Amino acid sequence: MTVRERLREKISAAFYRHGLLCASYPVPIILFTSASILACCYPLLRLPLPGTGPVEFTTRVRDYTVPSHEPQGDLGEQPDWYRGPPVAYIQPVLVKAAVSPWDSTLVPVDVFRSPLGRVFSLLEEIRNHVHDDGSGIRSLEALCLQVTDLLPGLRRMQRVLPEHGCLLVSPGNYWQNQRELFDSDPDLLKTVHQHEPKGLHTSATLRDLLFGVPVKHTGVSLYSRKRVVTYTITMVLGSYDARFLSSLRARLRQLHPSVNCSLREDHMVHVHFKEEIGMAELIPLVTTYIILFAYIYFSTRKIDMVKSKWGLALAAVVTVLSSLLMSVGLCTLFGLTPTLNGGEIFPYLVVVIGLENVLVLTKSVVSTPVDLEVKLRIAQGLSNESWSIMKNMATELCIILIGYFTLVPAIQEFCLFAVVGLVSDFFLQMFFFTTVLSIDIRRMELADLNRRLPAEAGMPLPKPGPLRPREAPPPPRPSPHTITLQTPAFRNLRLPKRLRVVYFLARTRLAQRFIMVGTVIWIGILAYTDPAGLRTYLAAQVSEQSPLGDGGAGGLPPHLGVAPVFPGPGGDPVGTLSVLPAPAEPTPLPENQSQGHHGAPGEGVPLVPQISWGAEDEEGWRRLSFRHWPSLFSYYNITLAKRYISILPVIPITLHLSPREAIETRHPQDTRHPPPPSLKTNDLPADLTLYKVAALGLAAGVLLVLLLFCLYRVLCSRNYGQNGVAHGRRRRGDLPCDDYGYSPPISEISPLLLCGHSMDIECLASDGMLLASCCLAGQIRVWDTQTGDCLTVIPKHGLRRSSSSGCWEQRDGWDAVGVAEPENLGGGTEPGGGVFDEGEGYPLRRRTTPRPALFENQPDLTPLIDTNFDSQPPSHLLLTPPRDGFDFGGLVEKAYLEHEPPSPGLTASYPSPLSGPPPQRRRSLGYIQPPAPQGQETPDWESAVWAMELRGNLIAAGRSNGKLELWDAVEGSLRCSNEDGVSGITALAFLNNRIVAARLDGSLDFFTVDINKPLGLLQYRGPPGRSNMPPSPCYSSEDVISCQLTRSVQCAHQKPITVLRAAAGRVVTGSQDHTVRVYRLEDSCCLFTLQGHSGGITAIYIDQTMVLASGGQDGAICLWDVLTGSRVSHVYGHRGDVTSLVCTTSCVISSGLDDLICIWDRSTGIKLYSIQQEVGCGASLGVISESLLVTGGQGCVSFWDLNFGDLLQTVYLGQSSDGQGVRQLVVLNNAAIVCDFGSELSLVYVPSVLEKLD
Amino acid sequence: MADSTVVSDQQRSGSGQTDPSRGPYIAVITNRSTTLVIRGFMLFSIGVFLALVLNLLQVQRNVTLFPPDVISSIFSSAWWVPPCCGTASAIIGLLYPCIDCRLGEPHKFKREWSSVMRCVAVFVGINHASAKVDFANNVQLSLTLAALSIGLWWTFDRSRSGFGLGVVIALLATLSTQLLVYNGVFQYTSPDFLYIRSWLPCIFFAGVITMGNIGRQLALYECKLMSEKTHQD
Repeated sequence: MTVRERLREKISAAFYRHGLLCASYPVPIILFTSASILACCYPLLRLPLPGTGPVEFTTRVRDYTVPSHEPQGDLGEQPDWYRGPPVAYIQPVLVKAAVSPWDSTLVPVDVFRSPLGRVFSLLEEIRNHVHDDGSGIRSLEALCLQVTDLLPGLRRMQRVLPEHGCLLVSPGNYWQNQRELFDSDPDLLKTVHQHEPKGLHTSATLRDLLFGVPVKHTGVSLYSRKRVVTYTITMVLGSYDARFLSSLRARLRQLHPSVNCSLREDHMVHVHFKEEIGMAELIPLVTTYIILFAYIYFSTRKIDMVKSKWGLALAAVVTVLSSLLMSVGLCTLFGLTPTLNGGEIFPYLVVVIGLENVLVLTKSVVSTPVDLEVKLRIAQGLSNESWSIMKNMATELCIILIGYFTLVPAIQEFCLFAVVGLVSDFFLQMFFFTTVLSIDIRRMELADLNRRLPAEAGMPLPKPGPLRPREAPPPPRPSPHTITLQTPAFRNLRLPKRLRVVYFLARTRLAQRFIMVGTVIWIGILAYTDPAGLRTYLAAQVSEQSPLGDGGAGGLPPHLGVAPVFPGPGGDPVGTLSVLPAPAEPTPLPENQSQGHHGAPGEGVPLVPQISWGAEDEEGWRRLSFRHWPSLFSYYNITLAKRYISILPVIPITLHLSPREAIETRHPQDTRHPPPPSLKTNDLPADLTLYKVAALGLAAGVLLVLLLFCLYRVLCSRNYGQNGVAHGRRRRGDLPCDDYGYSPPISEISPLLLCGHSMDIECLASDGMLLASCCLAGQIRVWDTQTGDCLTVIPKHGLRRSSSSGCWEQRDGWDAVGVAEPENLGGGTEPGGGVFDEGEGYPLRRRTTPRPALFENQPDLTPLIDTNFDSQPPSHLLLTPPRDGFDFGGLVEKAYLEHEPPSPGLTASYPSPLSGPPPQRRRSLGYIQPPAPQGQETPDWESAVWAMELRGNLIAAGRSNGKLELWDAVEGSLRCSNEDGVSGITALAFLNNRIVAARLDGSLDFFTVDINKPLGLLQYRGPPGRSNMPPSPCYSSEDVISCQLTRSVQCAHQKPITVLRAAAGRVVTGSQDHTVRVYRLEDSCCLFTLQGHSGGITAIYIDQTMVLASGGQDGAICLWDVLTGSRVSHVYGHRGDVTSLVCTTSCVISSGLDDLICIWDRSTGIKLYSIQQEVGCGASLGVISESLLVTGGQGCVSFWDLNFGDLLQTVYLGQSSDGQGVRQLVVLNNAAIVCDFGSELSLVYVPSVLEKLD
Repeated sequence: MADSTVVSDQQRSGSGQTDPSRGPYIAVITNRSTTLVIRGFMLFSIGVFLALVLNLLQVQRNVTLFPPDVISSIFSSAWWVPPCCGTASAIIGLLYPCIDCRLGEPHKFKREWSSVMRCVAVFVGINHASAKVDFANNVQLSLTLAALSIGLWWTFDRSRSGFGLGVVIALLATLSTQLLVYNGVFQYTSPDFLYIRSWLPCIFFAGVITMGNIGRQLALYECKLMSEKTHQD
């Protein structure tokens, strides 16, 4: 044994033990893991959050020196970027100007034309300012930041932004800093606007750059209410000279004193900009993330055969992510600060660490034997993969270590993170993921257990996917061909195209998703690119709302009239000067007010525009976008990334212009603007906008309503509402069709209710023209399928209600018989004269609600008993049913009393061989043939009809006591009967002139019907010689019709025959004994015994083309070749019994107890798709045409398009259909279907199908 | 892709009976030249996309700041570069499975889409590293990139034919690039000439391995389809 093998064994054993541990104590281990994750991530709290917002640092102006490059240890609060000189110093000169006093003769343009015009003189002043102290002459030219060309892409800004000179930005740049251009400009606003970019723009615009204040604060608009124009002249200085700046400040202040200005001037702010993430960097980043997501998607897609795929995929992703976090946290804990851009290397880290191990683990665990205990499964799975996991990990560690020795710092750091991440990922896989996996596997086992319980266990609607048994060929993963009801495909051919488009949009919710994604992206962009702007906006909101904010932050209120002491350098000389002009200005105010605008003073609009300085002006640049400075510098190809600029305190300038000056500077075209609004209409702009908004909103609302109405008309040309009222309910919400509430409109189908039976209908038979039905009460009714008229009523003569709950042809759930049998026997010998109680008469696994109890419904029984016979008063019926009967004659009555069988047929001969001796022919012992009162033969009055068939106008009825009767459907008379068999007839087939009866004891009887008068019977008219019928038992050969037992196969099957079908000269029987037998009809010879099912046969289909399909309790469906007896295909499709089977020429449709309808390709046996129905939808199926399937549901029938699996329509059968399930469904030739609906029959014509068939 | 898998599923479990309704569709899918064209087109578009993105990564290194209309810088290099890359990747992606076929040793190592995605991610990562990480000298850069590329090959390919083809194509591509540069058809943005030459072969090698991986994975579908068809016949 080599070292390698020994190592391998040891690793395997260790993993095995570890797996046992994890699966045994899942909760403590998960808690422990979470705690350790949190502990390892704790150091991350100290890391700064990544972001691109600028950082500020404030220093005092007075003792400012340019910071040195070397880090200084003494100033602890200095950020580490505050080293070296800044890129530039920004000196803003904030100008507030107003025409004062305001005159009614002034036009709106005057608000800003003359104030803006003053910028040129100011610029001149600034440019020409020369400071000369002893050391030399300094001017702006010497100090300012000299810029060269604009970037080549910015040709359109060339006229506006300065080139080859000082970077000095002001509104004057719009006019190339030339007063003449400004004066000759007819429309200033247009000039300003023409440089604005179109569309949404989040960063700084040219207007912001030139004005230096946000657009809405400039006051340059025709509707400005404050009539104060604000703008900034921004000087960008390359070097800092305190003396020059202070002299400039003093000069400007002297020229244009600001009265009530209390701005602090002692602080300069240094703004540091992080590295920007531009589009160019974003694209590769986004690409890597897309690749990462594709990787995660393709990886987690492989997780299969578990209870919750999503849960495990989430756990896998969580494992990887938290291992990354842990690695970063651990590295930080040990003193390594991450310098790499986390967002960039993150995808690569994930990819390097990988999800492979997790997937390998999952696969290995789920491929262990299912029947093992969960603990053992986990342990085995772990130990199976232990070697490869360890090997992979060692390899990866080696590769990363090699990377570590490249000695490139960035790669080394990456490798360090990767190594720690790998180790912590291994830890998490072993502890976290394995435990989650064990929990998942355990849940799945529980689900499996649930599934194995019988369906009556009251299980809620089972999930179709994960509960499917292991051996089911289609994996739970939704394949494109599985059509569940949650996502119905409206690809119906009958739908017009517009509807299909709309359905597609609605189904996928495209528009919604697009809008959502767009909004998220937009918000993300906003928040990411403009955090500072957002922050200042929020701050502004808060300070506006709080009344204390202004007083506290704003320093002195503006109207104190006391010149504040300016602590800044150079502030002192101006202090006295500034007081002088201030009182001079307000003096004309009262006169103007009184003369110009009589009547409406104090409307809220100041006649003298108030120029006030507040705290917000102190650092006015904060209100700008934080990209303001980077974009300004980027125009000259200067990056601010990872550098800082210093913003010097603002120089405030207040300008008051006289109206005369404003008028003088007017451009001739300015007056073309609307006349100056009178004082009254001063408020109008605001109000107007309000009205405008209201009117527009109203109009938009009306338009929207109209649009929706048109859409509705276009899309829904049919009127649902009226039809719905007229034809019972079409409840959209209750349709088992889809979640979204659409059902494709097709023409309304109205069911025709055939009433008459008083009890639930048990047998249905039809030959196309006629329809015979038999109810629990034993009454047989014959209906015309065209008109729905009741033609004949053959009443139940004896009230012996021996229980039969149904025709054996439609039997489902034979499997439960054996289980429930003892109860049955007990029920059979219940008090009440041995009458089998109705409710538990037959232990079927029906999903229908309990049918009405016998005795409650008894009063309803009375009207039907009348017809031709003398009836007893109903009160007798109620309490003494066994002794009661129709009075055909005393003889009959007496005879019945003597030979009271406890419960004919059913209890004794109930399916299994252990149910006691076969029933005797009690009847025959003492049977006295009574003369039938109306010339009929004597029918068997006391046994129930278990099977019924209809051909021509002969009804063949098989009774529970083994009697076969032939009735005339039109006349309602008994034509003959045969009592050769004693065991109850469970199924009948009537083909040509042969009748095949299957009996409870497993025997099969072949009868031949001889018709002596060939013309008579198969027509509507009854035979003329009815009076000829002798009142003798039907064995007599003189009859018009005789029914003779030609052959009886005694032991056709070992167990009761459950299904009997005949077609194409073959009779096929299916039995509880797991076999299917094929007989030839002519000579009743057994051709094949088909074996292949592992459960009792529950459904058989055979048609003229000799295709035989059988379904069993094992959920399997077999397709056979009847000619050779070979099995064509064998598929498992259902969880539980197959309840019915239908074939079309191309596919096989099966329904099972699991409420699933599966559609299989007939030739290949491939499952095309399946439809999950509601619980208790019943098992009845019918195929109307090649592409139309009809299924019965709770009080409704549903039509499906077979080609696509779409629900076409659900027709509700009655007003109160709750609880009534459709159990039998017969498709007639004329595209109508008949289904039982409690005690009524429902005849549904499908007009659209007729059209389609033609 | 999903359709073809469905079709193949149906064929696999089919019992040999032909269904006339499915005929033409199968014929289209299994038509060899059609799939070749489809595969070639997919490879071509992947190549173009990767070329654009990676070019952007390289451009980024040399320019400090971008003007606002930065999108145009995606197309800043010569217009014929992305189509060339696309064509080359299509050829490589088709060549790899073909050589596998010829040599008779079908590539079976990690044939999954997740692994292919991982490979692409690592390839982009190598590019990223070469663009973003500052190396002391060009030798170090070359060595690191070579180690990374060979690691890529070892992790995702491990076939001798793949390695050989990768080396040959990388050398040829480097040679032709140099020829183009010497003839003045194309020039690097970076003044440092050696720098470019040091990473070019490694990037080419990694790209060849990546595209071959994608091509093999795409060819897998066709192989599946073909084998089933022959089986059916």
